[in-house]
Amino acid sequence: MAWFKREKKGIITTTEEKKEAPDGLWNKCPNCKKPLHYTEQVENKYVCHYCNYHLRIGSKEYFSILFDNNEFTELFGNLKSGDPLHFEDTKKYTERLEDSYKKTGLNDAIRAAQGKVNGIDMVIACMDFSFIGGSMGSVVGEKIARSIDHCIKKKLPFLMISKSGGARMMEAAFSLMQMAKTSAKLALLSKAGIPYVSLLTDPTTGGVTASYAMLGDINIAEPGALIGFAGPRVIKETIKKELPKGFQTAEFVLEHGFLDFIVDRRHLKSKLSAFLRMVE
Amino acid sequence: MSTSFDFEKPIADLQQQIDKVKQVADKTKVDMSATLAELNGKVEEAKQQVYNNLTGWQRVQISRHPDRPQTFDYVSMMCDDFLELHGDRTVKDDKAIVGGFATIAGQSVMIIGHQKGKNTKERQYRNFGMANPEGYRKALRLMKLAEKFNKPVITLIDTMGAYPGLEAEERGQGEAIARNLLEMSVLKVPILSFIIGEGASGGALGIGVGDKVYMLENSWYSVISPESCSSILWRSWDYKEQAAEKLKLTSGDMFANKLIDGVIPEPLGGAHQDPKYMADVVKEQILKDLKTLSKKKIDDLVNARIEKFCSMGVVEE
Ligand SMILES: [Zn+2]
Repeated sequence: MAWFKREKKGIITTTEEKKEAPDGLWNKCPNCKKPLHYTEQVENKYVCHYCNYHLRIGSKEYFSILFDNNEFTELFGNLKSGDPLHFEDTKKYTERLEDSYKKTGLNDAIRAAQGKVNGIDMVIACMDFSFIGGSMGSVVGEKIARSIDHCIKKKLPFLMISKSGGARMMEAAFSLMQMAKTSAKLALLSKAGIPYVSLLTDPTTGGVTASYAMLGDINIAEPGALIGFAGPRVIKETIKKELPKGFQTAEFVLEHGFLDFIVDRRHLKSKLSAFLRMVE
Repeated sequence: MSTSFDFEKPIADLQQQIDKVKQVADKTKVDMSATLAELNGKVEEAKQQVYNNLTGWQRVQISRHPDRPQTFDYVSMMCDDFLELHGDRTVKDDKAIVGGFATIAGQSVMIIGHQKGKNTKERQYRNFGMANPEGYRKALRLMKLAEKFNKPVITLIDTMGAYPGLEAEERGQGEAIARNLLEMSVLKVPILSFIIGEGASGGALGIGVGDKVYMLENSWYSVISPESCSSILWRSWDYKEQAAEKLKLTSGDMFANKLIDGVIPEPLGGAHQDPKYMADVVKEQILKDLKTLSKKKIDDLVNARIEKFCSMGVVEE
């Protein structure tokens, strides 16, 4: 089976990262604007050591933070999007996909992998916001579904890292049905008694919030992450009022009872493995 | 005709002509039956021409016709008896999603559906059929009740979407819909879902994980409304017609893409032209499916339901 692809060890500098750090040495913290050296970023798990701002990172960085020695086996890495609707807005969907492949070096807005986290064998699926806004289309749904099947078969805990603007409009109702698909699979995972941790990162909105992201045995989030069903702009237009400060932040969602805790990325690995040990 | 659409103008024009000819005939007592017969023939032709060539956007407009039958209309026309049940037992009773036990041809069922409201006052009371989290949680409570008493669930979907409000976010709109998707996928009674009007996004799917999902001919179902799609992808509200085409949101397209189980034909011109007939057709489909689904072992039914939704999506490998 061509499902398994070995990931090269270590941190590889892709074109994407170079863009983030123009001279390869530093870039500015988007929050406090102080310069952050690239080596410091890696050491600090991509958290600004001046203001604790959590930089937006992708699957490559999360895998390197979580998997022991950055060793893992990628799952279902060859899945790519079809274009069942021959969708075209200001641009053809197929062209958007091609551009995104080139820009990101990714096959879609999610990667899944199996590896050890503090010695615990598990599966992590992680969304990539850089790929069409982390939008959920058939590939995202299918990769999550297959990852869950894999977890049930091998009796492995599952961590889902969400980072998404919601459903992928270019796949219309196909993307909508990924919500039902992933939720149904999570029902089976739960029946099998396997732990499921949902980590919501900045941003997690729309159909992703209204399916797998909110269905964890525990839902956890990174500080300051935007988390919601409807986007802030849509809500503002609907209620015709300014939104209160801190609305739809992880802290707000915790306060309203939909998160178990907020986790600093530097403690993510230890908290995750602590939880998994407790429910073992 | 109370409300007619731009694209119905050829029909309305001919109807006007007929009315005029009738008036003249009444006044002058001249026999105009030949002219009337010809005009009636032309109206029929025009109707066939218009209604058999509806665009996606035109169907979206029909799906929103103010006289289109809503959940309570179907309940009163299909059911011998209905006992409405209220509340999510936590926060309040949502008015945009209604439900209760009903009997259809002597069989007990749980009916749950969106209610948009028929006039300005009721529309405001019903929040235009846009439910808050309590609506989804009430729906789930009623489904669990149906499961307890082994009664099938019928959902009637008609919403512009789950309500995008401040309190909705505070009370976990996303979680409420997600929970329904998970619980419905493994509910141990048959579930039949009908998109009777608008089927927008998670707000529709939140009560739509059925063993059989049908769309009424002129309903629409997609991940987003054509207007919002236009505003996001084209950055303008002016591309709603194109968006409606591109989203492939009509019953015919959704069936062709295997995302629904069937299309329920409507009376020519839309369900509002003959609500009683429409309700009869829906009722007939319900009775037919309940007969076949009730024969299946419940585990097989649930597995087939999960399998159906899990097979949706197009990927290359
Ligand atoms: Zn900073």
